[in-house]
Amino acid sequence: MSMTADVYDRRQDRRPWQKRLADASEPYLYSAPALILIIVVMLVPLVVGISYAFRDIQLLNPFSGGFIGLEHFETLSKDKAFYVALKNTLWWTGASVFLQFAFGLILALLLDKPFMGRGLVQALVFLPWAVPSFLAGLNWAWLFNPVIGPIPHWLFDLGLMSQPGNILSDPQYAMWGPIIANVWWGIPFFAITLLAALQSIPRDLYEAASIDGASWFQRFWSITLPFLAPTIAITVLLRTVWISNFADLIVVMTGGGPADRTQIVASYIFTQAFKALDFGYASAIALVLLVLLLAYSMLIILLRQTLLNKG
Amino acid sequence: MRTPLLPTTAHRLAILAYVVFALFPLYWLFKVSLTPNDLLYSEGVRMWPSRTTWEHYSFVLQHSAFPTFFKNSLIVSGSTAIIVTICASLSGYALSRFSFRAKYWIVGLMLLTQMFPLVMLVAPIFKILTPLGLTNSLTGLIVVYTAFNVPFATFLMQSFFDGIPKDLEEAAMIDGATKFTAFREIILPLTLPGIAATLGFVFTAAWSELLFALMLINGNNAATFPVGLLTFVSKFSVDFGQMMAAGVLALVPAALFFLLIQRYLVQGLTAGAVKG
Repeated sequence: MSMTADVYDRRQDRRPWQKRLADASEPYLYSAPALILIIVVMLVPLVVGISYAFRDIQLLNPFSGGFIGLEHFETLSKDKAFYVALKNTLWWTGASVFLQFAFGLILALLLDKPFMGRGLVQALVFLPWAVPSFLAGLNWAWLFNPVIGPIPHWLFDLGLMSQPGNILSDPQYAMWGPIIANVWWGIPFFAITLLAALQSIPRDLYEAASIDGASWFQRFWSITLPFLAPTIAITVLLRTVWISNFADLIVVMTGGGPADRTQIVASYIFTQAFKALDFGYASAIALVLLVLLLAYSMLIILLRQTLLNKG
Repeated sequence: MRTPLLPTTAHRLAILAYVVFALFPLYWLFKVSLTPNDLLYSEGVRMWPSRTTWEHYSFVLQHSAFPTFFKNSLIVSGSTAIIVTICASLSGYALSRFSFRAKYWIVGLMLLTQMFPLVMLVAPIFKILTPLGLTNSLTGLIVVYTAFNVPFATFLMQSFFDGIPKDLEEAAMIDGATKFTAFREIILPLTLPGIAATLGFVFTAAWSELLFALMLINGNNAATFPVGLLTFVSKFSVDFGQMMAAGVLALVPAALFFLLIQRYLVQGLTAGAVKG
């Protein structure tokens, strides 16, 4: 129908060609400022960055800049720190996403129930989301600091520590510091999105289920979860990508230390570019990270397609 | 019907636990910023110091470079928020109201920018901006932050435009207005809440950005708050009271904007989560 209407429109179109050109270019004019910015500041540097991965680019060495083929990737394949960072990325991302999601879901369920002062409570528990990430990192680093923060003393009192020490300088547990900070900071995001999804579930479904004698858990399992499933899938998958790239907390709290125990791939890239000033090597690691993330995204899209076809 | 007491109590206690967990770190930040230096170590883990003082705040405001950092951050975040909102309302309007050939490419491009690690761009952007004289300058930061925030803001504005009936501007165009006049005079005023939300989101994002600011800025003159605070921490890591007073000051604008946009958070984050 739209096809014939379109043809008809075109035959009947008696607008002069200047007018037609102006009309056709209108959406492009609206999008132009945004597009130009994205292309110049993001797309061009992306391409330039990919080319750096095959060149010897060191900021302090004026003779660098030559094409060196796959040399960076050969170094990378033997770079122990990189493999440690890769393993840490999985641990950091997995633990952060899981805890943020679990606590976020519980919070959303708690807030879905009407009670006095809900608006105020909601504003208070969502406040961490507004805290700038560098400040969240510093704040938690101070809480873990035995000189100024209470946490080491609490752990000592509970008998979990032999003396009040800093968890961030303990190679075995250091990663928990940034993870806890990340969970604190990220719970509101999950809670907000899940709360929005919860509130769109028709209330009469629950009433009908209650009349039929379904328990709370049965209602949760057969009404709430199926309704939430699409939101959960999308937020968890996108957050996974986002958190695996999120280096701020680690850069601020531990700088990747002690002994690279908290270094994730994103913070390793930043360290190579910012501290070692080796832009070529940093770009090579970044390219590997990009390929891994693309593979992950493709996997998700395939998974989604198969699930959709089945349903 | 009697409400069962036990589940209600459990519910309230759980809520209380969340509120305490969310607020305790901020409370601690505030507490240390008010603790006089001589009590800092002897009363380290007390919940409230026996004496309080505002001296850390007055020192930070009068004898440090923090007012400069604060001003720089305000300039950068404010300009970024305004420019992004203008660009994003235009592009969001195009995506909401027109169907055109390149639309899917534009949406795809914007989604792509949300997926790849921005840290990839640290080195190339530094190399590109240096010969242009845009490193160590607030203008450079504004350009970079504007581009980074435009895609998300476009999706956000689009979702607000989608909520406004098309009849409105069609009626105006029948009355002889051009599409742009209809957009400016009728649609934009109706999206004011959306514009406020976008401004708030972008301002907070720019206010918090750390890695690019660290890379592109050195020296105090053009440092934003995150850079200034981190430099301060690594140089004078013993002045906890002053650092935390500065931290509280950095929190204030972000918290204000949060209160302003709180109502639109759900809509904004949902748009962000679904579309990128």
